[in-house]
Amino acid sequence: MSSVPSIHRRRLLAGTAALAAVVALSACGAKTDAAGSSDKAAKIDSSGDTVKVGLLNSLSGTMAISEVTVRNSLQLAIAEINAKGGVLGKKIKPISEDGASDWPTFAEKATKLIKEDGVAATFGCWTSASRKAVKPVFEKNKSLLFYPVQYEGLEESPYIFYTGATTNQQIIPALDYLKSQGKKKLYLVGSDYVFPRTANKEIKAYAKANGMTILGEDYAPLGSTEFSTIANKVKASKADAVFNTLNGDSNVAFFKEYKSAGLSAATMPVVSVSIAEEEVKSIGTQYLEGQLTAWNYYQTTPGAANTTFVKAYKAKYGADKPTSDPMEAAYTSVYLWKAMVEKAKSFDPEKVKAASDGITFDAPEGLVTVDGASQHIYKTARIGKVGSDGLIEQVWDSGKPIKPDPFLKGYPWAAGLS
Amino acid sequence: MNLLKGRSARAAAGFAAAAVVLFAVAPLMLSDFRLGLLAKYLCTAMVAVGICLAWGRGGLLTLGQGVFFGLGGYAMAMHLKIADAGPGNLPDFMQLYGTATELPWWWQPFANPLFAIAATVLLPMTVAALLGLFIFRRRVKGAYFAILSQALAAAFAIWLIGQQATTGGTNGLTDIQGFFGYSLDDPVNQRMVYFVIAAVLLLLIALARQLIQSRYGELLVAVRDSEERVRFLGYDPANVKLVAYVVAAGMAGLAGALFVPAVGIISPALIGIVPSIEFVIGAAVGGRASLAGAVLGAVAVAWAKTTLSEEFPAAWTYFQGLLFIVALAFLPGGLASLAVYVRRRGAPKAPEQKAPVVPVGEAA
Repeated sequence: MSSVPSIHRRRLLAGTAALAAVVALSACGAKTDAAGSSDKAAKIDSSGDTVKVGLLNSLSGTMAISEVTVRNSLQLAIAEINAKGGVLGKKIKPISEDGASDWPTFAEKATKLIKEDGVAATFGCWTSASRKAVKPVFEKNKSLLFYPVQYEGLEESPYIFYTGATTNQQIIPALDYLKSQGKKKLYLVGSDYVFPRTANKEIKAYAKANGMTILGEDYAPLGSTEFSTIANKVKASKADAVFNTLNGDSNVAFFKEYKSAGLSAATMPVVSVSIAEEEVKSIGTQYLEGQLTAWNYYQTTPGAANTTFVKAYKAKYGADKPTSDPMEAAYTSVYLWKAMVEKAKSFDPEKVKAASDGITFDAPEGLVTVDGASQHIYKTARIGKVGSDGLIEQVWDSGKPIKPDPFLKGYPWAAGLS
Repeated sequence: MNLLKGRSARAAAGFAAAAVVLFAVAPLMLSDFRLGLLAKYLCTAMVAVGICLAWGRGGLLTLGQGVFFGLGGYAMAMHLKIADAGPGNLPDFMQLYGTATELPWWWQPFANPLFAIAATVLLPMTVAALLGLFIFRRRVKGAYFAILSQALAAAFAIWLIGQQATTGGTNGLTDIQGFFGYSLDDPVNQRMVYFVIAAVLLLLIALARQLIQSRYGELLVAVRDSEERVRFLGYDPANVKLVAYVVAAGMAGLAGALFVPAVGIISPALIGIVPSIEFVIGAAVGGRASLAGAVLGAVAVAWAKTTLSEEFPAAWTYFQGLLFIVALAFLPGGLASLAVYVRRRGAPKAPEQKAPVVPVGEAA
């Protein structure tokens, strides 16, 4: 076996040379600096009496528990719209794809929805990392994404509509609330990824400008359940309050350790920005009662639109299923897209974008308005307290919808952030 | 000798068939999107070629190939990000998350395209060589080696996530626009990237085959099957294993580097524990000891993942799990052993051929 027949070696070389020739002969495409090289809009398939939209959420992996609820409310909105005749006379046909809690998979599935299915718009994504992964896909193909989750701001994409809160509609109001309650010393705990790290950067800048002190800053890997060290450090710091940007199942472990360390909402409240009704249920009310959350919507938010939404959701998915902020933002995003399409009288993303400014919708969270310039929406900030029944009761709100300011241009202390 | 001729003729025919499929059939049959996906699968196959060598032939259960894939991928992506930003500018994510006003020192050499290309292969090989020297000299093997590889993959991914300002953190390096001056938006250029990937894969397969057929390849199998005996014969098994490990690392690095222009992203999610295991599973399903088996297995598993997840978005993970269990429980030698089995049944009179298959118990 030691000597390879020479004829084989020669053939191999010839084959290799032939391959190299094929590659060399292939034509080359546009250079990066060539103008108009990316001027190719995706083709939208609205033939027949349906128009396709993409639903891109994680149905498997660590994010599935949260993202499936978003998927459910997207489907609820689509079913409602179809029952009333659809959009521009066409029924909406949702195409489901699984992002699998894996960012490159999100990019692959987004490409598939746009190029293979010809969707008119896509709804979904949860984590900032997944949004960052799909952003170039939507921009290259000039197709629209509606992103329904609160995020860290500092972003504007011409092909993304952000229907969740940006920082000045959630985190800054939460800090304002803590300041008004006399909480001057904060401890920051978060998952180790983009949203918590960026949010904490903004929180530190706010604290510096507002005479608050940050006593510590700790990150745990996504999905981590080891929190005894962090809970003890928090306890030793004697902070006035904890600002929690942990995501997913880590919260369960964190709040258990928090309680066993002898800390409570009365002695050291925790403000969480990623814990909604669904998560309260899985963490356990006994660990969370009295703790604070910051969102734009709670299941308990008053108003006829919310009563209808909660009732319809429970009728479709079960009486024990709560509704939450990202679900509401997802539900709202479908209706906003519908209103934009009807105003534009077209599914063409460019025309839909042009028609977006000033579109309003009487959403479960109250009246929301699209800000065409930033493609974010005006939202009311709400601080809530977890009750013994697992629902969240509002303790404070901003009174009126806050204008989105993703780059925090209206805040002098944020000047160095972006 | 007859047997040998028959085998190399068959290998040459297989090689030619693969070239025809990759360079003629696939580009004609597949849409741009599907061809892009195939390019991605072929990158996994490159890693599988290395795994076939290191694990199938050398018995080193390399559960940490993600590290080398990542080193290659990041080296390439760093250069492309610098090139996208243009001279004097910082890559977009550094402007967003970082506080630095100039490129960190360890980014600067990657501005040079030649350095970056060399680094995609040499960096993983150097890391593997240093690590291998340490591991194999100390005679760490079996499960301990596998666990060490895994720990390394986990540590590397966690480190990358922590350095958001300079590595992009969990997001990784995304939104890569150009590839050495060519816009990746253009389908023609995407096709070109596919051809480069297909050609490199064939080259790597040829290289691996030469290695396997050589005296070194024999020695490697000998080390796998009985390390002590090889030592008594006067060879140093540590060096033999080191070569396979380093070559596999270089192949994984090259795969990572080519993955970046094909997919446009590299992130810690692609190099941690789970993707490292997935690399190995592809090779295992196809047949780790056979080059064709490992390569086809890697492509088939990646393809099945896409297809199943498109058809059954809510339940595909169960199918995937089932596929692995069935393949590993009933065909421990992978699908390649099925071919050998069929061949034996077809020609019962032929002289007994030793199947290129490792018994299960020996793997780790």
